[in-house]
Amino acid sequence: MYKDGRGGKVHKMSKTTAMTGAESAAEAMRQINPDVVAAYPITPQTAIAQNFANYVANGIVDTELVRVESEHSAMSCCVGASAAGARVMTATSSAGLALMWEIVGVAAGLRLPIVMEVVNRALSAPINIHCDHSDSMGTRDLGWIQIFSENAQEVYEHTLIAVRLAEKLLIPAMVCQDGFITSHGVENVEIFDDEGVKKFVGEHKYPYGLLDIKKPVTHGPLQLQDYYFETRSQQIPVMEEAKKEFVKIGEELGKITKKKYPLFDEYEMKDAEAVIVVMNSTAGTTKTAIDAMRKEGKKVGLLKLRLFRPFPYKEVSDALKHVKKIAVLDRSVSFGANPPLYSEVKNGLYDVKYTGKLHSCVFGLGGRNIFVEDIIGVFNRLLDGKLKDHDYIGLREE
Amino acid sequence: MEKGLLEIRIHGRGGQGAKTASQFIAESALGEGKHIQSFPEYGPERAGAPMKAYARISDKAISNYAPVISPDVVMVIDPTLMVSIDVTEGMSDKGILIVNTPKSADDIRKELKNYKGKLYTVDATKISIDTVGKNLPNTPMLGAFVKLTNAIPLDAVKKSCKDKFLKKLGEEKTNATINGIDMAYEAVK
Repeated sequence: MYKDGRGGKVHKMSKTTAMTGAESAAEAMRQINPDVVAAYPITPQTAIAQNFANYVANGIVDTELVRVESEHSAMSCCVGASAAGARVMTATSSAGLALMWEIVGVAAGLRLPIVMEVVNRALSAPINIHCDHSDSMGTRDLGWIQIFSENAQEVYEHTLIAVRLAEKLLIPAMVCQDGFITSHGVENVEIFDDEGVKKFVGEHKYPYGLLDIKKPVTHGPLQLQDYYFETRSQQIPVMEEAKKEFVKIGEELGKITKKKYPLFDEYEMKDAEAVIVVMNSTAGTTKTAIDAMRKEGKKVGLLKLRLFRPFPYKEVSDALKHVKKIAVLDRSVSFGANPPLYSEVKNGLYDVKYTGKLHSCVFGLGGRNIFVEDIIGVFNRLLDGKLKDHDYIGLREE
Repeated sequence: MEKGLLEIRIHGRGGQGAKTASQFIAESALGEGKHIQSFPEYGPERAGAPMKAYARISDKAISNYAPVISPDVVMVIDPTLMVSIDVTEGMSDKGILIVNTPKSADDIRKELKNYKGKLYTVDATKISIDTVGKNLPNTPMLGAFVKLTNAIPLDAVKKSCKDKFLKKLGEEKTNATINGIDMAYEAVK
């Protein structure tokens, strides 16, 4: 019997309560009841690990919680447990993910289906722990599935999908949410009944578990010039499959939640002349801006990515190719190169011979606020042809 | 103000419970079937430092994740902040400002420049000392909020309070807290 960590009640029915994104992630973890969670318990860790530790301490889950001495150790522990055949989860943020980096790549290379909650926060220096996407963008080429979430509700649902997706394809997956804005902001979250969710998540049947003595396997052997290339290249096609599987598993979850989980959401895109492409909570703020502008007859829309790795090039390009003006909003930069999201959108549009106007806007680094008025400003400048090719939102330039 | 949306800003100092107050408002409204948000202004969390907390209550789903900049209601838990901070920033003439102070609304209005909205005061500090024996003005302020906005029923706030405090503080202190909410509801003017 599984109990609610706060009130000791059994979750027999779906229930809407006030929750933060950190709490909704921990709720998903409670329902998933992983075999092992390894996490570093100090800053930059978030309330996800704290909330989940409460569930463990109160006997609500039977997870083995390993409190390690660093984030590097946290992921190392996850790798070991996952290779043994356990269902494994962890949570991190900002500098924590950066410290973990080496083993994040190992997890993907070993094809271990670890699911990690990432609360997107800035990287130092200057010292800052507020929201931007630098941390997960720093791991975008390591071979993990990356799912971005607009709000606490999506964090919860994406986490459930991520477990199935990771275990189906044997690729680790991270579920990203905006630091503070989502992780610490309280909003309505509907948690679906335990039984239905548990049935959806199912059991983890890892085919290469080290503890299966009848089927001995080797994990992580030395492969030099002879085989490394072949092994690595196998990660490429399987990653492609994640697009199809994400949608498929999403449809299954949709039977419980009555929602849809496309690779990306299109909001007021049908007749839109100007479209913003953005991820996480700013997609929500953009919807509010669009609602206000549509009332004035302005044809504006939004494309909100859920899946960033693998990147749905063809699908995104097909959705955008007829839009005359596009602004891609990035909450991180790639110094000396195009910002990550803009770069991907631009790559995809090359294949469809896009002839419209594509702009890059960097915003919100280190938690700089972005308001509805800022988004309206971007749309207006985009419509009037006044937006620079590479622009900033909310940057003081004097 | 967008129809069906109420935006609230609370000014306090770290440790005075502005964040908790915004959470109580949001959670009580959620119990009434509303969509809600509650979050503090994110920054270094230091006891005694000026801080803000926000709440939104709406009939439909809320997608705006930015801080509140045009509040319909502003509550000031610590009036000493008003010397250095313009608590009326972004408020319209239809705004509702509620200040925790022994002074009258007329006296406070004289201290404010260019504020034309509604203004009310309540001595929530005294009420909290009289009821729970401590300076915890955030919960009595909720009674004043309910009285002046009608955004949520008084019973809903009292219930949220009970749910939150009964286990932690015991029956006596919880009842004293709820009593404080009732007193502020009556006393605000």
